[in-house]
Amino acid sequence: MDLVTPVFWVFAGWSVVSAVLCITRRNPISSALWLVSTMFALAGIYVLLDAQFIAAVQVIVYAGAIMVLFLFVIMLLNVGDAPREWRRWPVGLLGVGLAAVLGAQLMMLGGYGRQRLADEFSTQPAPVNPALVFPEGMASAAAVAERGVVGAVAEPLFTAYLIPFEITSVLLLTAVIGAVVLAKKKL
Amino acid sequence: MTPEMKGFLLFSSLKMLAVFTMTMVGVALMTLMERKVAGWIQNRPGPNRVGPTGLLQPVADGIKNFIKEETTPAAANRSLYTIAPAITFIPAMMLMAVIPLAAPLPLAVDFTLPVLGRFVYTGDLPMVVADLPIGFLFILAFSSLGVYGVALAGWASNSKYSLLGGLRASAQMISYEVALGLSLVPILLLSGNVAFSEIIRNQQEGLWYIAPLFLSFFVFLISGFAETNRLPFDLPEAEAELVAGYHSEYSAMKFSLFMIAEFAHILTISAMVTTLFFGGWDIPFTSWDEQGGVAQTLATHLAFFAKTFFWIFFVMWIRWTLPRFRYDQLMSLGWKVMLPLALVYIVVIAGAIWALDVLAPTISPTARAGALFLLNLPIGWGVFFFLDRGRIVQGVGQRAVPIRAGAEG
Repeated sequence: MDLVTPVFWVFAGWSVVSAVLCITRRNPISSALWLVSTMFALAGIYVLLDAQFIAAVQVIVYAGAIMVLFLFVIMLLNVGDAPREWRRWPVGLLGVGLAAVLGAQLMMLGGYGRQRLADEFSTQPAPVNPALVFPEGMASAAAVAERGVVGAVAEPLFTAYLIPFEITSVLLLTAVIGAVVLAKKKL
Repeated sequence: MTPEMKGFLLFSSLKMLAVFTMTMVGVALMTLMERKVAGWIQNRPGPNRVGPTGLLQPVADGIKNFIKEETTPAAANRSLYTIAPAITFIPAMMLMAVIPLAAPLPLAVDFTLPVLGRFVYTGDLPMVVADLPIGFLFILAFSSLGVYGVALAGWASNSKYSLLGGLRASAQMISYEVALGLSLVPILLLSGNVAFSEIIRNQQEGLWYIAPLFLSFFVFLISGFAETNRLPFDLPEAEAELVAGYHSEYSAMKFSLFMIAEFAHILTISAMVTTLFFGGWDIPFTSWDEQGGVAQTLATHLAFFAKTFFWIFFVMWIRWTLPRFRYDQLMSLGWKVMLPLALVYIVVIAGAIWALDVLAPTISPTARAGALFLLNLPIGWGVFFFLDRGRIVQGVGQRAVPIRAGAEG
């Protein structure tokens, strides 16, 4: 029996439900907590993809650090419940429309035609597109088995993608310096 | 379902049950131990009325907490107020799942149960619920989730003392989490892996990491004290300022869940110090414990228990020895001493490991660890000399405040 598929559906359902609750709750603290729950479900999906390191970092950085700061700010500012504004329904309608357009674009980008959708929903095993399958030896499971969870991420990060990595860190540093300059009246 | 999978699920469930029971019973006994140690240090008997020499005191406390009245503040946010103790409790219970408690047990079983069918398990049974490849990252991730329970408890109670306590606790835990995480990077550099089983194997081949990575141990221990909100860093519940901090408004079993989580964190930090720096279940000066067998598993478990017990005792010993820090001292210790120290130490250790690999590539693991230990001696001496001068950890009381003429009276 394949144990991965049911576990995937649990995490997938969990993340979608949490994400919907996150944007529909009126209390900002509840919204933030549902966002944490979404992060956590995503970490579970990363584990299923053999990316345990990414999953751990997702929980440590997003759920453990960034969202705690969000909560901090919400608590300190004492933000109240968002008012229910029925007059703004055209904006909601626009959002639904844009979501539909985005969904349609993603469907086209992924090559989901009528036949493909029928394959997805049928119980027959669908023909696999060879372009979408990892070649032998390149799959993440093989990299993890060879170098450990940290090495599998660190090796490409510090060889092939060194420049983007460093540029990102400079960007973050700039943001930190900007925050300090804005917060301090006198340096 | 294959018999092998059924055997795996059976043994995993048994291990989960065993570890959960051990944690809960251990926490109950630790509450008694703390009061006994306090009594011993303060030269008084401690609790000795319930059961023989007070051994049943945790049972009495538990029954009391179950039958006490639960109160909820009138203006509290009810759902969050109720769920906050659970958010603290659940991550604390999950932490012990990844720590290896003994040497793997070689097993070959094949039996059939009436309804469930055939169970097969062959090979080494690791004495850990889940030997995750992410190892101590799992513990960092889940212990950081404990902050939510504390912050929410403080906020949802809708009381000023609770809110201040919750904010203090979360600020403190976030600050020291950084130093805690960075103090573990040298372990990753030296062992090349984050999985606990690999770290223990590396320590068996070389020296226990307390020798080559002494300053990591120092930073880890202090940050661990701050993470568990224990004295000398128990500012979130400083009774002289904040009544009882974030759990001021809690009573009965909800309050008890916070206490259980705190003691479970102490247990986890002690077990982590044991595993990361004192060889885990390794018995020193012999390789008998690595051969595998029932006797070896039992003996290594005793070794693990003895080491962890010592560190639990150490935590309590510190509590009754050192006074509480002031909040500004706590923050400056975290950000101005522990964080730079951990960062500099990563650079030094990385350089030393690289130099050893280049200069002496064929050196044995023990000699490699010994060379790093020699490097640690002068650095450790310098750090303690520097800290002892009180140069960095000083509060506003010791700062030179210019006094305007005529403003004294």
